[in-house]
Amino acid sequence: MSGQPSHEGFPWKHVIGFVLSILLTVMALWLVFSMQLPVSTEIVSILVLAVFQVLIQLLLFMHLTERDGPAYHVISLIFGAFIAFTIVGGSIWIMAFRSMVS
Amino acid sequence: MSVHMESLHEPTTSSLPLEYQEDGNLKIFGFWVFLAAEVVLFSTLFATYLVFHGNVAGGPTSQQLFDIRGFTIETFLLLTSSFTMGLGTYEMRRQNTKGVVVWVLITVLLGLGFLGMEISEFSHYVSIGANISRSAFLSAFFVLVGTHGSHVTLGIFWILSILVQVMRKGITPKTARKLFVVGLYWHFLDVVWVFIFTVVYLTGKVM
Repeated sequence: MSGQPSHEGFPWKHVIGFVLSILLTVMALWLVFSMQLPVSTEIVSILVLAVFQVLIQLLLFMHLTERDGPAYHVISLIFGAFIAFTIVGGSIWIMAFRSMVS
Repeated sequence: MSVHMESLHEPTTSSLPLEYQEDGNLKIFGFWVFLAAEVVLFSTLFATYLVFHGNVAGGPTSQQLFDIRGFTIETFLLLTSSFTMGLGTYEMRRQNTKGVVVWVLITVLLGLGFLGMEISEFSHYVSIGANISRSAFLSAFFVLVGTHGSHVTLGIFWILSILVQVMRKGITPKTARKLFVVGLYWHFLDVVWVFIFTVVYLTGKVM
């Protein structure tokens, strides 16, 4: 993750990322279809697994940490994620409230 | 995000890979801003889907409709294609044009496999009457997953056009930057799919 160009003989970073992404997917499937957990626990745990999956893509495949100077691209991504969270979280919140009062 | 913010404060090396040379740095930054806007675009579609998920209007529910085997295969195809695209970038940084061509072609084939699965999934739904106008749930589902699918379609054509340029001109700062950017786009589509897999398909099977 140092942002240096990779010249080593074997793409370890990519292989590790791939194995982890497959493992996370299998874990999510196993959690949902083989475990008898409460629905809310299942959903929270697969969402956590999805966040790890995204971090693998960003850090190991998309070389997020490579930069020259300040990390403005990370700031724009964080801003995008903030807006996304507000839109999705806010929609669920307001609709849950609506079904509670109606 | 706070975890890797720390690693951003590590001392930098001044020599970034070839694709950042000339004005590549600025163009790659511009593409990250585009991806941030795409995050917002998809978030509105996810919000719409989540709000309408239960509004099936007497039609099929997500639990009845989704096929575990189908969406699992789609997920593995797209995850693998993201990996092979990463290997393409890796070979590009080793100045290995042949390696780039091989891995990028495998990526395109996996992407086509994913698209084929999705098209057959959609046409199966439509054939049993679960079309886009059947219910609010299905409208939101087809718009969300279809928008992702059309991004993948565009991505395949984009990757192929960049591949032609790499084969013609070799790995130059310009072609390296173009290949890196289309790689970012492809990995981003995998990120969106991870959320479709989690929020739409897996959650749709339990709720």
